[in-house]
Amino acid sequence: MKTKLLVRRHSGVTRLTHWINVLALSLLLMSGLQIFNAHPALYWGAKSTFERPWLSIGAVERGGQPVGVTRLAGRTFETTGLLGWSGKPGAASPRAFPAWATVPSWRDLASGRRWHFFFAWLFVTNGLIYLAWSLIGGHIRRDLWPTRAQLRLRHVLHEIVTHAQLKFPKGEEARSYNVLQKLSYLAVALLLLPLMVATGLTMSPGFDAAAPWLLDLFGGRQSARSIHFVCASLIVLFVIVHLVMVVASGLWNNIRSMITGRYAIEVEGEGESA
Amino acid sequence: MNVADRRGWLKGAAASLGALWLAACDRVSGSAQGQSVLARAEGLTRRAQRLVIDRKALAAEFSPALISANFRANGSINPSDADYVAHVAGGFADWKLVIDGLVERPLALTLEQLKAEPARTQITRHDCVEGWSDIAKWTGARLGPLLDKAGLKREARYIVFHCADSLGGPSLDGSGRYYESVDLIDAYHPQTLLAYAMNDQPLPVAHGAPLRLRVERQLGYKQAKYVMRLEAVADFAHLGGGKGGFWEDRGYEWYAGI
Repeated sequence: MKTKLLVRRHSGVTRLTHWINVLALSLLLMSGLQIFNAHPALYWGAKSTFERPWLSIGAVERGGQPVGVTRLAGRTFETTGLLGWSGKPGAASPRAFPAWATVPSWRDLASGRRWHFFFAWLFVTNGLIYLAWSLIGGHIRRDLWPTRAQLRLRHVLHEIVTHAQLKFPKGEEARSYNVLQKLSYLAVALLLLPLMVATGLTMSPGFDAAAPWLLDLFGGRQSARSIHFVCASLIVLFVIVHLVMVVASGLWNNIRSMITGRYAIEVEGEGESA
Repeated sequence: MNVADRRGWLKGAAASLGALWLAACDRVSGSAQGQSVLARAEGLTRRAQRLVIDRKALAAEFSPALISANFRANGSINPSDADYVAHVAGGFADWKLVIDGLVERPLALTLEQLKAEPARTQITRHDCVEGWSDIAKWTGARLGPLLDKAGLKREARYIVFHCADSLGGPSLDGSGRYYESVDLIDAYHPQTLLAYAMNDQPLPVAHGAPLRLRVERQLGYKQAKYVMRLEAVADFAHLGGGKGGFWEDRGYEWYAGI
């Protein structure tokens, strides 16, 4: 027979920094989209090549009707209602990202910047606390770094297949993160989020004077702005997959473990209490 | 609960939470208190940047090949203020830059006199607060030596740039006049210029003829165009909306290094 056993899953620091991150990243994303809306086009290089953005969102008139269009790498997509032209019937307007995705909901670059830089400070402080604690306390080495066995191709493929089937380990195996979790958490925490900060700072004309090598590293200010946008999109993608996995692998168990720290696994026999 | 019920319930809960979240954000954005809390980050950013950026650290300079063929003109591009229109008609022959306020020796310089002052030429990037960048070559009188010529009084803390244009059209009381201000760190930065030439040509009207400010480590709205008068002040609370600049009075940061 199987019994439920509550194991310690997340430390206090992980849980606290996780939820602060949820708040900060949500507001950074939404205020970031507000800022993007002020000039909804992206370029590569040091300067803007206005005739040739690699991504642009706008509104055009087609047959007397306003249409939202998104142009990506030379292709044009009609995105009315979501990108370029959106809003309630009768009150729709030309705006790159829709009102429900921006902070504030109305067009206000000055406020968007205030929100963005306020929560950027919170995000950076929170992130530094997490990284310092995880590096010194061994969280990264112990819980996030994949083992050699986990990195074998066969094992990784097996994990991909079972994840796609939404089958998750419930027993002893569930005590620790699987290899896909480990790799994606590491990629987000050590690569994507630090890249967001670095490309964000590269857009600062003041900081560029202190660290001109950032411009060389990212290929210029407009490239940094593009990479900032691409990394933000990848983080959104991660969050979507993350949320689907949270729901599919046991919503309440996962949420409880990120609040109280305790995660239930199923073990054979009576089991000892945790 | 069956799967469909649960899915519906989850969707409903997510939608309600989302709506609540959006309403809360808009409430904070719309309240003076909320805005003042958010604005506190500006002081932190300014102090942190002043701490890590050397006072004399130069903004990146570029090769002539990178100069923008079509530098975007933003803000006022053809002021309709009567005084300015007259100056354009007269080819700026009667135009003089006034430097006054908290200075020992107020100055009034013609364009020819300005061009005889210590100058610098630089190819730099112009970053608009909207997000785009352009590159141009600027030639102008360095602000630091000019201020030394006028002799700043000890109480002087900021330099205010009074402009000829009213962004959004002239008003009877002159309240829409463009103005900007920088502190003495930026005023004395070696790349801070009163530029009279752009890409080796006299500064065109769309870009601020006859004189505009270049303060290269800050955003575009700090680069005041159509500069008529420099005023050294101890603080700028009595000017315009009291925030130190046209866009600052409309919610943008006074320190625009980010």
